[in-house]
Amino acid sequence: MYDVIIIGGGVVGCGVARELSRYRVKTLLLEKTNDICNGQSKANTAIIHGGYDAKPGTLKAKFNVLGNAMFDRIHEELDVPVQWNTSLVVSFSLEDHPALEKLLEQGRQNGCRGELRIIDEAELRQREPNVGQEAKEALLVGAGGIVCPYELTVAFAENAAKNGAAFLRNAEVTAVSKLPNGHWQVVSAAGTFETRAVVNAAGIYSDVFNNMVSERKVHIHPRRGEYYILDKKYKDVFHAAMFQLPTKMGKGILVAPTVDGTVLIGPTAEDIEDKEDKRTTAEGLAKTLREAGRTWEHIPTRGFITTFSGLRSTGDTGDFILGEAEDAPLFFNCCAIESPGLTSSPAIAQWTAEQIADRLELAPNPAFDPIRKAIPKFREMSDEERAAAIAADPDFGKVVCRCETVTEAEIRESIRRPVGARDIDGIKRRTRAGMGRCQAGFCTPRTVEILAEELGISPLEVTKFGGDSRILQSYLFEEGKENA
Amino acid sequence: MRKTDILIIGGGPAGLAAAVGAYEAGARDILILDREEHLGGILKQCIHNGFGLHTFQEELTGPEYAQRFIDQVQAYGIPYQTETMVIHVSADKVVTCVSRQNGLEHIQAKAIILCMGCRERPRGSLGTPGERCPGVFTAGTAQKFTNLEGMLPGKEVVILGSGDIGLIMARRMTFLGAKVHACVELMPYSSGLKRNIVQCLDDFGIPLLLSHTVVDIHGREHLTGVTVAEVGPDLKPIPGTEKEYPCDTLLLSVGLIPENELTEMAGVKIAPTTSGAVVNEELQTSVPGIFSCGNVLHVHDLVDFVSEEARKAGVNAYRYVQGELPESGRAVPVEMGFGVGGIVPQFVSETATGTVNFMFRPRNVYRNAKVIVEVNGEQVLSKRTMILAPGEMVNLNLPAEKLKGLKEAPSILVRIEVPEA
Repeated sequence: MYDVIIIGGGVVGCGVARELSRYRVKTLLLEKTNDICNGQSKANTAIIHGGYDAKPGTLKAKFNVLGNAMFDRIHEELDVPVQWNTSLVVSFSLEDHPALEKLLEQGRQNGCRGELRIIDEAELRQREPNVGQEAKEALLVGAGGIVCPYELTVAFAENAAKNGAAFLRNAEVTAVSKLPNGHWQVVSAAGTFETRAVVNAAGIYSDVFNNMVSERKVHIHPRRGEYYILDKKYKDVFHAAMFQLPTKMGKGILVAPTVDGTVLIGPTAEDIEDKEDKRTTAEGLAKTLREAGRTWEHIPTRGFITTFSGLRSTGDTGDFILGEAEDAPLFFNCCAIESPGLTSSPAIAQWTAEQIADRLELAPNPAFDPIRKAIPKFREMSDEERAAAIAADPDFGKVVCRCETVTEAEIRESIRRPVGARDIDGIKRRTRAGMGRCQAGFCTPRTVEILAEELGISPLEVTKFGGDSRILQSYLFEEGKENA
Repeated sequence: MRKTDILIIGGGPAGLAAAVGAYEAGARDILILDREEHLGGILKQCIHNGFGLHTFQEELTGPEYAQRFIDQVQAYGIPYQTETMVIHVSADKVVTCVSRQNGLEHIQAKAIILCMGCRERPRGSLGTPGERCPGVFTAGTAQKFTNLEGMLPGKEVVILGSGDIGLIMARRMTFLGAKVHACVELMPYSSGLKRNIVQCLDDFGIPLLLSHTVVDIHGREHLTGVTVAEVGPDLKPIPGTEKEYPCDTLLLSVGLIPENELTEMAGVKIAPTTSGAVVNEELQTSVPGIFSCGNVLHVHDLVDFVSEEARKAGVNAYRYVQGELPESGRAVPVEMGFGVGGIVPQFVSETATGTVNFMFRPRNVYRNAKVIVEVNGEQVLSKRTMILAPGEMVNLNLPAEKLKGLKEAPSILVRIEVPEA
């Protein structure tokens, strides 16, 4: 019997788990896939939005601004990389000046903190000398930043686990129903559980769970965005996250540095039907480059290291759907969380936990420890720190991923931690091994070995992301004979 | 701080030959650093034969070829340190490396020879659309799995790109019981060696689809197939030519990139045409005392030429340490004329002595063409060839005295002349 079951191990679900662990509460998080941070939270723009974009009065506007203000503390407590590099919303025609003015006004109404003003072409070019020739002016958003979305999600989960929350992965929820005693029954691939409250943080599937228990139906459709990532060589081309004036489909294509030093270009915005369709397409990728070309002319194609796509959970109301469902007591929705969802996630998590605490009359957890330390990053250490790290654990002396300088010690720790990695992509998200310019060509064989060793499984059972995503098919030799 | 005369980064074919070359020239204070457990570099996984025809006049496998050099290194007592990763090189030749056994070390060298080799271009750099499922490997990664780890990625194979590793893997996967459905090449010609096309594709009836590419990758949890389409002269897919190939493995052999991150840390100038260091005829980079050779300098076709080049780098590094490398005079730039790509060296000293070696890759396929070297508009070398192709390097050795007039020349021009139609 649990107090709270959270459906979904994305940034919102893991954030709620962490915020709930401030209370004396028995929490279980159920994640459908082999690992947390496997949906929208892993494939997005990694921006801390300033809060100018959402329409005043909406939940998006409110939680964007609230969430934005929480990231310094997140950085301090959870050791998550955060950089306040500002955002610039660039316009390419002086006729768009009123639209920039409108954004500025919207930002002021929303309570955007920090500097917020329109800068002219001269200042724009002085700040960003590589911006395209057509650029005319820009909205400068001082409260704009960047964050590592995987580390944020993983940090929430690790800290929640440390403070008592339980996590089950490969635990797809198939039914949620009311029991005669007023509790909820949650049926999952990992067992059937009884709980007092349910949090629906199922991302792209959050409509499914709401619609299981509530007559106030919600519809969420996937809106796909396609991206390119460029090599670290180009990290200094732009300093700020470079937006273009938004359209009705979203914030448009941006060119932004990431906290890891790569450059992200994207996303497109394409409404699709299939909630699992995370393909990249020739059209989408071409569109990404074409539109980004206004911000960054002559994008160096030899700098591409990968492409990916992500699905936004676009709801039919245009806003987040949050809070206790009116006709389903103690069923709490975190639905339709699309952009600025990542920025809003800490505030959504905090608010949702407070609502639950209030309804379940939870007492504070006196043992709550807000601190989580990141896996030490060898690539960021000074030589003195490196020497000390190797002295303490010789596995730091073994570089496995040469492109990102990730050591065996980091990989092993990413598996051993609470809610640790259990597949190749999980290691990637927690350590960056395989995320560099060779895209795991050199390190995959060793990473497979380490995973197999740590998990006590055969290398043939090691997967890229769970399920049938095995890397290898068979052994070549058996009893001294070629067997293939 | 630990000190050494000549520090060699990388213990693959280039590093081993550089060490042997330096030793035989007289060097006695040499250190090889290698990140892997065993010396030999990528040759360890190249278990096919065809190595050593030039160097040893016999056909060896990759590990056998490497072993010849390892034996020499050991016979000479040249020290080497494996499982040691170099993480920084400074312009004043201090190398920072880490290992389990020695922790973090700084080593001051008098000369450094860069022998880090190259890496394979990954799928992401191509922007091929589709699913991001497992089953897509670079050919070299698959080669490591099959030949060193004893594991098979899959049994229904398509190969994208016709680089040599891809061709070799087509045959290897066939030997291992897999069915290789096609080798798909974007260009109208292969980037691999002719002999590999014959011995690895033709002999096994594997079709080579020139002017084709993979336009979509299918399979949510694991690769289930790829869509292949023909491309036009603009290299863009031609709509309507798509064909489905069910497969569980896609191997990529779409180019090799010299691994010059350390080179750049040391402030060495990089040539955009080779993605390797800019060097003179002595294989010295823009930073005095730092030399470069092998696939980190430019991607070779045959390991024999890597060894030859690396020996020379070893000898010259020793001459540098001894102060015997003459102050180079003016560096005369080598210009690439018609048909010439990625030339090495990029500069020749006006005081060059001995034999000057030029290597480059033809930009296209040329039949009955002449390779010409000109100084001051005068042809100092003209060599007729049967066929030139991007997959096979042109290797020219020219006695320095033939480069007459070099002192006055603004540049040396290397070009290809095709017969008039």
